[in-house]
Amino acid sequence: MTRFTRLALAGSAAFFATAATAQTTDINVAMQLEPPNLDPTGGAAQAIDSVVYSNIFEGLTRFMSDGSVVPGLAESWEISDDGLVYTFTLHDGVSFHDGTTMDAEDVKFSLDRARAEDSTNAQKGLFAGITDVTVIDPLTVQVTLDAPNGSFLFNMAWGDAVIVAPESIDDIASTPIGTGAFKFDSWVQGDRLTITRNDDYWGTPAALESATFRFISDPTAAFAAMMAEDVDVYVGFPAPENLPQFEADPRFQVLVGNTEGETILAMNNKMPPFDNVLVREAVAHAIDRQAIIDGAMYGLGTPIGTHFAPHNPDYVDLTGLSEYDPDRSRALLAEAGLPDGFTTTLKLPPPSYARRGGEIIAAQLRAVGIETEIENQEWAQWLETTFGGKDFGLTIVSHTEPMDIGIYANPDYYFQYDNPAFQEVMTTLEATTDPAARSDLLAQAQRIIAEDYVNGYLFELAVPTVARAGIEGLWLNQPTAAIDLTGVTWP
Amino acid sequence: MIRYTLGRLVSLGLSLVVASLVIFAVVEVVPGDPAAYMLGVNARPDTVAALRAELGLDGTVQERYLGWVTGMLQGDFGVSYTYRTPVSEMIGDRIWVSLPLALYALSLSVLIAFPAGIYAASRRGRPGDIGVMGATQLGVAIPNFWFAMILVLIFAIKLRWFSAGGFSGWDAGVWSGLKSLTLPAIALALPQAAILARVMRSSLLDMLGEDFIRTARAKGLSRRQALWRHAVRNALIPVLTIIGLQFSFLLAGGIVIEQVFFLPGLGRLIFQAISARDLIVVESVVMLLVFLVIVVNFAVDLAYAAVDPRLRTRA
Repeated sequence: MTRFTRLALAGSAAFFATAATAQTTDINVAMQLEPPNLDPTGGAAQAIDSVVYSNIFEGLTRFMSDGSVVPGLAESWEISDDGLVYTFTLHDGVSFHDGTTMDAEDVKFSLDRARAEDSTNAQKGLFAGITDVTVIDPLTVQVTLDAPNGSFLFNMAWGDAVIVAPESIDDIASTPIGTGAFKFDSWVQGDRLTITRNDDYWGTPAALESATFRFISDPTAAFAAMMAEDVDVYVGFPAPENLPQFEADPRFQVLVGNTEGETILAMNNKMPPFDNVLVREAVAHAIDRQAIIDGAMYGLGTPIGTHFAPHNPDYVDLTGLSEYDPDRSRALLAEAGLPDGFTTTLKLPPPSYARRGGEIIAAQLRAVGIETEIENQEWAQWLETTFGGKDFGLTIVSHTEPMDIGIYANPDYYFQYDNPAFQEVMTTLEATTDPAARSDLLAQAQRIIAEDYVNGYLFELAVPTVARAGIEGLWLNQPTAAIDLTGVTWP
Repeated sequence: MIRYTLGRLVSLGLSLVVASLVIFAVVEVVPGDPAAYMLGVNARPDTVAALRAELGLDGTVQERYLGWVTGMLQGDFGVSYTYRTPVSEMIGDRIWVSLPLALYALSLSVLIAFPAGIYAASRRGRPGDIGVMGATQLGVAIPNFWFAMILVLIFAIKLRWFSAGGFSGWDAGVWSGLKSLTLPAIALALPQAAILARVMRSSLLDMLGEDFIRTARAKGLSRRQALWRHAVRNALIPVLTIIGLQFSFLLAGGIVIEQVFFLPGLGRLIFQAISARDLIVVESVVMLLVFLVIVVNFAVDLAYAAVDPRLRTRA
């Protein structure tokens, strides 16, 4: 062997050597979309929460994977008898990643900032009822509401309600400073984002020393990256057709969890003929939910009959009200004076549930005489024309915010449902704190919108996670968009 | 030569002005409010208005166009709406993926195409020629993204020689950076090489039929000597044109390949920015690509003049 060949061989060995050494303290997590920035209090992009929720930022309360709300930075709280004043006791010894102390002043700053006039918080409504935030002492803060709000503690668990510090707020979009078990380390935009363990964490420290988020949007690339073991966990795996292959492979585990995403065929309730409840009911009976779940989602998803998450204890199964029954649908159309059906538009945003589901729904509607003109839209276009401009007959979208049945009480919301009886129920609900009474009201609310056939209720979106075998502590469900790595361990 | 260069420069400047107008108009006309996109479906109208003001989206169209162009002339490309970082920094990071990738692919393409084209031309009609032409036919027909998937399947999933995508960064060393770009570069290069090889072959064959080649042969040069000394140089003009076009294509056309290999390059930046209505990023990156394409064409024009002295005086 000549010297040259030996050199060349050594060179190519180095070239092809993969970094497949034993990994025990770091993890590569992939997701489909890259967060546009890292400020959870200034944008609606779910990818932001996926990275920072619980890992970097924490709120007064927090969600667990099963959807329950537990204490976060607030150790405990007291609620006044009239339900208007919440007194939070904060954990002692909590500091931000830059070393400054987290105290009641920071809580006041965060809440006041979110509800301010010029606030750009995407969920400003969560803070609408707050009239005053008072610092009692460094570890006690008092929040006063204008009316009792049964979901206030739930609202404070959202990623949009995390506690931030005035010292670091200016750079929050690129250098987030929170109180979480991980610190932001670096971000190569377009490629990867790294967080490292916060050794001064106030709670149980994370088992992982560092975690790297990768952003892989192409389904084929996602499959390849998993198979090549370039990534260890993929949350929200975009190619459901490949899941059986991962299930059969002992190197991987597949978790299929719930989200808060009620996927609906939204109808423009103000636009004829959808202003006629008979027509809306006809649409509801024309839809075969299981065929859509099987055809568009490869079987992932739970059928729903109203705008509520099936895994919620207060869920009422109303799927029976809108059973698949094309004959009934045709009869209803005839009763509504449209025996020959009609033509309408079907606007489809980019996700596959909409694009693939839309084709199936169009075919099902055609079977009862409803012709649809399908228009594919980009998100920004959908938001401006369909959602904002209300220029649509039908559209498909998944409402991923938790507990969002309240949108039906807003007559200006894009599907324009205006029912005083429903609005009354929601007002009463907001003022009710007794759990049994709340359950009752929520059941009423679900029934009203199901019986009014406001929208075609399709299915609850599922979230598939593919991970290397043996990794434990990942969230199964997504009660809010989050990839909480604080409890994740390697075998 | 100076008049020729000046003429080219004037047309370069005009092209840039027209391009900037077209880009701005097209991007502004497409519906979609960046602020509404960022805030999602639960946002209140006053929140969207506050964000529009913060992003500077409430000026008139003329003001924003002038602001954009004057900013660019001073090297300030504005601040991304969604990322909230200066666009010039974002471009600065990503061009170090896209530019090396384009150059890598172009080098591979030339390294494959020149020998293949020359070989085929010198073996015209013989099995070697037919073999090369068959292979290039296949190369032209196969789309590069499909080819990319096959490469990933073989070299990343089966053989584990390369990772399935991503970019290790130049900080990790030139070697590992090049390694991350190898599969994408091959996927980009092969279809280009196929086209280039065909152009090289036909251009050479045209030259070999010219009088000056016959004269050279008559003066005693062998067929091979005539080909190398006289034909190849003269056959380069159409080949240069194609190389110029290909480089532009490789820079901008990496969009699909950058998606398949999830590389943090300019193509992926444009892709993300378009779907997020990050108008300022779309405008600036597209403008930069147009600038590069125009500059490359300018360089090709100058290269013609270097290869073909007649062009220097004609313009």
